[in-house]
Amino acid sequence: MAHFDETAKPFSEQWLDDRLGVRTLRRVLAEEYWIPKDINFLWAMGMILAVTFGILIITGIFLVMYYKPDTVLAFDSVNYTIMQEVGYGWLFRHMHGVAASVVFLLIYIHMFTGIYYGSYKQGREMIWISGMLLFVTFSAEAFSGYMLPWGQMSYWAGMVITNLFSLGSLEMNGIVEWIRGDYVPGDAYLTRFFMLHVFLLPLVIIGVIVLHFGSLRIPHVNNQEGEIIDFDEEATKYLSGNTKDAKIIRFQWDFLSKDFMVMAFFLIFFFYLVFYHYDFAMDPVNFDPADGLKTPAHIYPEWYFLWSYEILRPFSKDIGLMAFGFSQVIFMLLPFLDRSPNAIPAHKRGIFFIWFWALLIDMIVLSVMGKVPPEGSFTTIGLVAALTFIGLWVILPIITKFEKKA
Amino acid sequence: MSEDMNRRDAMGIAFGACAAVGGVFALAGMKKAWDPLPSVYAAGTTTVDTTKAEVNVMYTEKWRGKPIFILKKSPEMVKNSSKAEIARDIVIGEYSYLVCIGLCTHLGCIPSYAPKTEDFLCACHGAQYNRSGINTKAPAPLPMLIPPFKVNGTTLVLGEAGPEYEKMKAAGVLGNIPVDPKA
Amino acid sequence: MRELKILAVVLFFTGVIYYGVEPYAHAQMHKHVEGTEFKYENLKEVEKGNASNGEQLVMSNCTACHAISAKGMTAPMDAVMSAATYGVNPPDLSNVGSIFDAKYLAAFIANPAKAANVSHKFVGGKSHPMPSYNWMQPAEIADMVAFLQSIAKHDLTPKEVFTDACGRCHANRYDNKVMGEKWTQIGQKPKFKYEKDSLAFDIKVIEYQDSLIKYMGKLPPDLSMIIRARGHHFLETFIENPQSQLAGTAMPAVGLTEESFEKVMQHLENIGDPSKPTRDSMGVWFLLYLAVFTIFAVLWKKSVWKKLH
Repeated sequence: MAHFDETAKPFSEQWLDDRLGVRTLRRVLAEEYWIPKDINFLWAMGMILAVTFGILIITGIFLVMYYKPDTVLAFDSVNYTIMQEVGYGWLFRHMHGVAASVVFLLIYIHMFTGIYYGSYKQGREMIWISGMLLFVTFSAEAFSGYMLPWGQMSYWAGMVITNLFSLGSLEMNGIVEWIRGDYVPGDAYLTRFFMLHVFLLPLVIIGVIVLHFGSLRIPHVNNQEGEIIDFDEEATKYLSGNTKDAKIIRFQWDFLSKDFMVMAFFLIFFFYLVFYHYDFAMDPVNFDPADGLKTPAHIYPEWYFLWSYEILRPFSKDIGLMAFGFSQVIFMLLPFLDRSPNAIPAHKRGIFFIWFWALLIDMIVLSVMGKVPPEGSFTTIGLVAALTFIGLWVILPIITKFEKKA
Repeated sequence: MSEDMNRRDAMGIAFGACAAVGGVFALAGMKKAWDPLPSVYAAGTTTVDTTKAEVNVMYTEKWRGKPIFILKKSPEMVKNSSKAEIARDIVIGEYSYLVCIGLCTHLGCIPSYAPKTEDFLCACHGAQYNRSGINTKAPAPLPMLIPPFKVNGTTLVLGEAGPEYEKMKAAGVLGNIPVDPKA
Repeated sequence: MRELKILAVVLFFTGVIYYGVEPYAHAQMHKHVEGTEFKYENLKEVEKGNASNGEQLVMSNCTACHAISAKGMTAPMDAVMSAATYGVNPPDLSNVGSIFDAKYLAAFIANPAKAANVSHKFVGGKSHPMPSYNWMQPAEIADMVAFLQSIAKHDLTPKEVFTDACGRCHANRYDNKVMGEKWTQIGQKPKFKYEKDSLAFDIKVIEYQDSLIKYMGKLPPDLSMIIRARGHHFLETFIENPQSQLAGTAMPAVGLTEESFEKVMQHLENIGDPSKPTRDSMGVWFLLYLAVFTIFAVLWKKSVWKKLH
């Protein structure tokens, strides 16, 4: 039986601490969760992702109050009921659509920050892997969500992407029908993706976020120089009052105050898009109701899937699928493909610095090629970019093996 | 040092207050999203054409999802009515009508009308009402409620409070307070 | 400062990918089409005509198919039967004089398929349901146009222009007081008390649409969300000359004046994007609030970090 202070007033700090350990929780998770001081605004991306995810959940809650998961009712439930009848429904819908797109911009910035600073090795492999799992689950969440308005893009993207599961020459059409619950994307398909989007995937995402945060605690947050910090020593310095020389800061409120500042700038950018510039996230093609007998002139995935899409396109059916599968999995293996023990920023790692920018530029080229019609020089550029992508990952173990130890 | 701390705390509180203001507006917006939709309010009135109604035949209309009893009374029925009954009669054209929400005021079941005995019986717990909807047997605590109504010639508009409705409301005969059927 | 450099790099690459995936890619997918702002430069000028002479000509030549409610002439057949006979319900001529361009009206009366740019549909013996009046003198056609202009109302509402110019082929289900009382090709669907009457009306609409499909090749789309699905520029060039955006389409060049076009656009905005004005004005307040919020956030951060630097 734990010790209880019987004179403590109910729900006072002492009372709660005796029962829930709130003082310890606050110390371990907030005030003495030590973060390195030498960080830049990119370190705030995690918090901004959490805020954007929060926006998606809250706006999603209001959307799901009025959305009807039925192929006959879905389009009008979104574009009439929510957009025109529900008080501020248009605002919730715009926020949800724009946030769903912007969250991937944040994910890519967050991911490439991790790659640049080596925050995926030397004890941080589980943070990286849980992060890549979040990328995969967010991708599934975004795809399932895009189905729901049941516009032309919803239907045809659903048709194309589920067709992938026939696995090319294996022609496993039975699997495709099983996934859809029908021969074509229809009512069964819509309702099961509604279940995934509203219930199952959010639960999985929350679970993996818990894992992601948990896996961060022991290795601690990285810093701009990759310096290995003795957190106990620095903590003593900080707590004795020497906050200027200490190499660490408190999570609450030192780190959080900077997070909130970056978040404030982000919110201006975000809401500007929500009100005035949203076509990139709410593609006009999806304002045509789904028509299984008419394919739009141009079908394309959302921007954040374009680089994968373009890796699939230039090759023949089976090779393309293999390349596509490779591209989905390969990021997961980064901690093990990078053979160098250096957990330092890329500009200190010689050839790896070039590899980093080559990868980033290559993925941007792939994204643009994935959007433009596959004609003329675009197909050649796309093929070169896809081969470059595969090549970059193949040479990564080689160039990092020869990297000088820092 | 403590000056810095006070400035820090003050700035923190100011920032928190600014965030709280935004939060209040956000909550107000969320509250509006829960409001009934305009189409709900637009469907809030029902128009009834009484020209084909027959005497002593109980018709059921729908208004805001609830059953509405419309009973056309014969001149004899009106002659034998008590003052309390006449107070609840709605005159449309040359006839008097009972118009009330067809839900028993005990626990909400729908009573049935017996034209021979000119009264209502609720099958759930045995409550009874007379032909003006006034409760005559327990466990009915109150008369059946008269909804807001307006008379336009031979048309009855349910959901709009006309002058006759306001008069009945002032006289306390709508059904929200007890009425003595024999008064 | 290093952080500003990093921010510049992030913004640069975000800008590059945005440019490539949005403006650049979309320009590759849809080559830019220029309209002529409804000047109809390729159509002949119309001389000023004699309206009273025109009245005689219109009454004797047009009222066999067309209603002219401004002159008390009702339609010879109901909408469904007209569509079954002609493919589409011939329009009421009361307001065509103000809705449509005079040059277009003259050209249309003379040769409907040619003026509407749909000659490609009427091959192999098929002919436009409205006969050509090019056997008339241009002066007579000018008289008819003058008459139609004289009886037309000039301050039509956006909905009235849409009804005359578009509503006989295009449904608009979001144009309703409550869901269900929508604009159909045979008129606004009324509120029915009994399901049977509602279904009877729906059947009439379907019969009309079947005639339309036979005539047009496929059902003209419901225009409820077209303002967001296509946008202002596409619609402007498309309505002026459908062939410029969708070669081979069955949609006729409508012949709207620029003023009527703007009214049609206003109607489509009212129906398909009614929250736009609120969105535009509310955004300003939101961003102002967030600017203030950011100032507080910066000040607080600076005060917290004073002891850390």
